[in-house]
Amino acid sequence: MAGALPKRNAASNVQSRRGTEESPFVKWVLISIAMSFCLVFLFVPLVNVFAQALTKGLGYYWTSLTHPDSWAAIKLTLLVGAICVPLNVVFGLAAAWAIAKFEFRGKSLLITLIDLPFSVSPVVAGLMFVVLFGLQGFFGRWLNEHEIRIIFAVPGIILATVFVTFPFVARELIPVMQSTGSEQEQAAMTLGASGWQTFWHVTLPSVKWGLLYGVILCNARAMGEFGAVSVVSGHITGLTDTMPLRVEKLYNEYNAPAAFALASLLALLALLTLVVKTFMEWRQARRYERAQHH
Amino acid sequence: MSIELRDVSKSFGGVSAVDRVSFAIREGELMALLGPSGGGKTTVLRMIAGLEMPSSGDVLIRGQRVNDISVQQRNIGFVFQNYALFKNMNVSKNIAFGLKIKNWKRQDIQQRIAELLQLFGLEGLEKRYPHQLSGGQRQRVAIARALAPKPSVLLLDEPFGAVDAKIRQELREWLVTLHHELNVTTVFVTHDQEEALEVSDRIVIISGGRLAQIGTPREVYDQPANEFVARFIGVMNVLETEVRGGQARVGELEFPAPDQPDGQKMRIGFRPYAVQVSSDLTAFRYHAVLRRTFFLGVLLRLELELPSGLLLRTRMTKEEYSVQGLEDGKEVSFNIKQFRVLARESSALLPENEVQYQAPPVMGEHI
Repeated sequence: MAGALPKRNAASNVQSRRGTEESPFVKWVLISIAMSFCLVFLFVPLVNVFAQALTKGLGYYWTSLTHPDSWAAIKLTLLVGAICVPLNVVFGLAAAWAIAKFEFRGKSLLITLIDLPFSVSPVVAGLMFVVLFGLQGFFGRWLNEHEIRIIFAVPGIILATVFVTFPFVARELIPVMQSTGSEQEQAAMTLGASGWQTFWHVTLPSVKWGLLYGVILCNARAMGEFGAVSVVSGHITGLTDTMPLRVEKLYNEYNAPAAFALASLLALLALLTLVVKTFMEWRQARRYERAQHH
Repeated sequence: MSIELRDVSKSFGGVSAVDRVSFAIREGELMALLGPSGGGKTTVLRMIAGLEMPSSGDVLIRGQRVNDISVQQRNIGFVFQNYALFKNMNVSKNIAFGLKIKNWKRQDIQQRIAELLQLFGLEGLEKRYPHQLSGGQRQRVAIARALAPKPSVLLLDEPFGAVDAKIRQELREWLVTLHHELNVTTVFVTHDQEEALEVSDRIVIISGGRLAQIGTPREVYDQPANEFVARFIGVMNVLETEVRGGQARVGELEFPAPDQPDGQKMRIGFRPYAVQVSSDLTAFRYHAVLRRTFFLGVLLRLELELPSGLLLRTRMTKEEYSVQGLEDGKEVSFNIKQFRVLARESSALLPENEVQYQAPPVMGEHI
């Protein structure tokens, strides 16, 4: 869960081994498996992306990013993220609230439906929208008559991305909301707070970390989604290419440095969200510490 | 009357939690809602607050029917069992919350916070967050927060349940002092009879969703309305007797029952302190063996076994015990100074199939 967890006591490694603890051998084997796995599959490739991106120097790196088609892809990706994340925040809050605070028929169905995008291949998700809104699709004729373009256009990309990302916020919020219970909200109500005031001043702050974590995951996936977007976008250079699609295109055109340059930017955006999260956690911890020593 | 319940019932999905309860609480009173867990007392409290709506009956606050008035509008202060402090707000902000909602002026809020911090001994903690406070401090913050907007009624759900025994005692005394100072009508829920007896002006005893008795601590202790109350408040010896020749008898014990017909079953109850014990075998009319002695501190609890096999419980100070030269296994004489005829109550806790003896509860003086 988001870093609100208490830190383990640092003194524990000095003390003698507890009866329930595994032998040092098992401990070190597990730690080294986890560490080397992260090193081989996360750290090395990530460093490699940056190394590859800079093989032709910083100048080339910059030109690759500012190429009009790449620049269009960057803007489109940010737009998709900017639309998907707020939509998912609203949906996630509503769904988590409904599931955590109410009992109703079809609750387990709703929970299953929220998980659906996790279990469906993104390619299938993309195809679903093509079948619905494509020219040969269910609504295709009607849309064509009214000159509304969804497939092979930005609306299709957004639809597919929303579909793929919508479990993230809700999934993070449901356990947090369930564990918080409703006593704080009832307390706010006895103090005269309306439903909206209660939500704004009590509910939202108490699920802040879960929400933030959900937003980060959702944003990373929205910007990085390839499969579903690839099916609905049509790969029109400068128009419907998102960053991941553009990376693939450049790579297939044997322009590896440019592909890696764009890939590194995508990775940087993801890292940036993590930095923001860490900073906020650090600030919160500092605020608590100050209050303690006040 | 500050608070009044008239024939209030509440059921949850067809299961009755509170059944036709009526009582009134006076302005400025400190009232305990006492009863076993799951007996409906918290539901009663939540209905006064407006957190639950009664299925039938009326709730009145200061003479006004509040059934249709929302919890926000009732002007009550509510303290939850686990305090429900706002985790993301420090002590000051917790206390200020109700005042901000009610649009108090900034200056007035600051002044009220300072006032409450001082009254509750929370100075220096105003910037702390709930997780940085001890259990007792959290409780004081919760009460300060509830009292900040000057409610007409303060309601507390098991206020001493979440702190350990030693702090509990301090908090009890503190609550009484606080109530004397502020004089706000206060209702608290507890399952601890000692707590209710010690702290409250009057006690409402609720069991199985019904009102069992309402009265001062002395009244419910000395004149329990029925066997349930008698057993729930303090310790009571309860004997099943049968009347023969104007005496209710069990084993060798006799209790005067002048106007009762022969064969009438009567349940007789008496407190441990009503039993006089002496090591002088000629001092009293009954004889028994001191079976076991339990050490409780200043007081000792004695278990007497009669020749007929009946067991009685009594109490004695440590001093008297040693003056009398008592010890386990010794023969003693004893007498029962006072007793009560107990009415059976059809409470969920007691079997209902037994004879319902409805004689008026009378105190008997014996020898």
